Amino acid sequence: MSALSVFYTILFYAAATIFVVGLVYRIKTYAQTPAPLKIPTTPAPVTKSGVVFRLFTEVALFNSLFKSTKWTWLFGWMFHLSLLLAFFRHLRYVLSPESVFWPLINNWLVLFAGQYGGFLMLIGLIGLFGRRIFVDRVRYISAPSDYAMLILIFAIAATGMLMSFVNHTDIVQLKAFAFGLVTFNPQDMPDDALVLIHLALVATLMIIFPISKLLHAPGIFFSPTRNQVDNPREQRHLADWAAKLDADRK
Amino acid sequence: MADFEVAEITKGYVSIPKLKEGTMAHSQPFIAKEKFQEPLGYPGELVDNWKEVVIDKLKELSSKYRSLKVFLDSCIKCGACTDKCHYYIGTQDPKNMPVARQDLLRQVYRYYHTFAGRFFAKLGIPGFVGARELTKDVIDEWYSYFHQCSQCRRCSVFCPIGIDTAEISMAAREILDQIGVGQKYCNEIIEKAGRIGNNLGLPEPALADTLEGLEEEVEEDTGVAVKYPLDVKGADILLVTPSADFFAEPHVDGLIGYGKVFHEAGVSWTVSSYASEAANFGMFIGSYENMRNLSLRIRKAAQDLGVKRIVFGECGHAWRVAYSFLNTLAGPFDFLDPNYPVPQHICEFTYDLIQKDELKFDKSENDHMTLTFHDSCNVARASRMGDEPGGQFKIPRAVIKAACNNFVDMPEDTIGEATFCCGGGGGLLTDDLMELRVKGALPRATALKHVTNEYGVTHMAAICAICKSQFTKVLPYYGFTMDQIVSVHQLVSDAIILSDAPKDDEEAEETDAA
Repeated sequence: MSALSVFYTILFYAAATIFVVGLVYRIKTYAQTPAPLKIPTTPAPVTKSGVVFRLFTEVALFNSLFKSTKWTWLFGWMFHLSLLLAFFRHLRYVLSPESVFWPLINNWLVLFAGQYGGFLMLIGLIGLFGRRIFVDRVRYISAPSDYAMLILIFAIAATGMLMSFVNHTDIVQLKAFAFGLVTFNPQDMPDDALVLIHLALVATLMIIFPISKLLHAPGIFFSPTRNQVDNPREQRHLADWAAKLDADRK
Repeated sequence: MADFEVAEITKGYVSIPKLKEGTMAHSQPFIAKEKFQEPLGYPGELVDNWKEVVIDKLKELSSKYRSLKVFLDSCIKCGACTDKCHYYIGTQDPKNMPVARQDLLRQVYRYYHTFAGRFFAKLGIPGFVGARELTKDVIDEWYSYFHQCSQCRRCSVFCPIGIDTAEISMAAREILDQIGVGQKYCNEIIEKAGRIGNNLGLPEPALADTLEGLEEEVEEDTGVAVKYPLDVKGADILLVTPSADFFAEPHVDGLIGYGKVFHEAGVSWTVSSYASEAANFGMFIGSYENMRNLSLRIRKAAQDLGVKRIVFGECGHAWRVAYSFLNTLAGPFDFLDPNYPVPQHICEFTYDLIQKDELKFDKSENDHMTLTFHDSCNVARASRMGDEPGGQFKIPRAVIKAACNNFVDMPEDTIGEATFCCGGGGGLLTDDLMELRVKGALPRATALKHVTNEYGVTHMAAICAICKSQFTKVLPYYGFTMDQIVSVHQLVSDAIILSDAPKDDEEAEETDAA
């Protein structure tokens, strides 16, 4: 294996470790931190299945954002949808053609949507970036890292699309490398500048995920204003630390 | 009229202003003195090791409250909330945008309690990831801007992650209290309610006197001996109502109405002098312990009086604490009648009777008014009435419509879950914040002006003691009069037909003419 391939192999294992361990740690923290009071933003569902539906509309459709501002919703939703499409398209690098999932992802629809979804991603990101620059309120609340995050993802999308539409890389070698990574059988990678940049940026994204605002992804599922059932009169809700206060009460 | 500029309402809709930095940086409420701090368990003045205390307390709170932890981590700075706060709309101060307000706390959290913040601080550029070192200036800004949030939750409706600035501002106030920088208005009131039983410090004889006065007044007015009982053991219902209902206008007219409804329902009820306060300012300062202490008074009163039900009067945040928290803080209420929700809102109570056709109204009594209804934020976005989500919007309107012929709603984006705060909620209803209160009422005043011009609305009904006090005080700045604010149960009171009322002359004449 070339030195470069060794470096990228190590980089990806390190990034994946940070990503997984960091995220698991975060999710564990969120799950274990008590929510002592019932604080759903009302009107709220009165049943558990209602809460599942509410969360679905938030995660899949960005319901609250839609109520707020249509432009941010449009750009934001486009961007996240294209992320999903890109994710499915990239599964072909890490799945074996023998896998039962192979036909699900190696078909015209997934490959086409994944490829052309890249344009949605670029437009979405440009729109979100534009809002940061041109809307005075959004400019005021933006830290440099907020711009940097958009630029990072834009660069990932752009290098990916350049490989997809303009400058094809050695796809067979790339697949061997990626598949080698996930099967713990490291292989050489194509030493193509676009691949190197694309993968380095993706590794960066994985590393910063658990220590940045990207935590909104797990965060929304733990948001008490969205995930609580509105039934405080019917069912007493009591956190452990609050229950201790009750010990000295008659 | 004022030593600050009051916007003139020229358009019928709320427009989003350009930001103007620092317009409200000077706004700070009076600081609580030692005698109001210590009974609540807080130091009397700024402690020497405040920095350490703040950093530790921030960590402690974010491990006790999932909301705080998740909200501090998850904001993506999308800007969805930036134009949603009535204080931003009214003041143009960018630090009154919900996310910017949260960031005052989040920056410190990032600096001390996140890897990214600590890492970039070491590189000398904490600002790159929105982290900021804790200094005395930060504390000053916290004190200023976390007392420019009425905890109304309007921002939380629009946040894609559901971040609620109220949770952040409650945590910030709790931290400030812990270092000895408390707000006089809230803490003085909590101390009084905890010692005497209500926010105004009315002792039992004063309450008895007031209620007796009401009985006389109502009897003179209607010829019916409607009772306003105090500390009656064995009554069916304990009424817990904001103490403003005992004397303030138009609040007291609402209380008169509750009494008439109970009278018509034929139930026995009582006020408790021990728990003569529905309001619970413990929530405003984010103190679980103080909120719990005040709530336990209600439990004790219900036990001591041996009542079967608890009904709450018209008050917004009180209903949030009652509906959402009371069972948690002071439950379980297994000693009460399980056939009724604990607690019940007076609007639910009245609504049920209307549904059963047990109340009769002469709606024409309210014909001199065209009404609209102000959804109070804590009722709208932090509680419910009835069995269905959204009952908190439907039920009060149904009660109003049962008692009035003329009703018009304000524009859709200013009512319901998108309702605008009155500008005085969240522990800000104090004269030392008058500029903020007036400016914060701009969106509601704009919506009211709109229906005044379009539909000839003359009065606005509310179900919150704070809203009522705030509006009577600040709406005159926008060209309205203070008597344009009415209680919902004031409308009920004026239109209800008391079944045991003696036929009055007017009616007799009408009968004669017919």
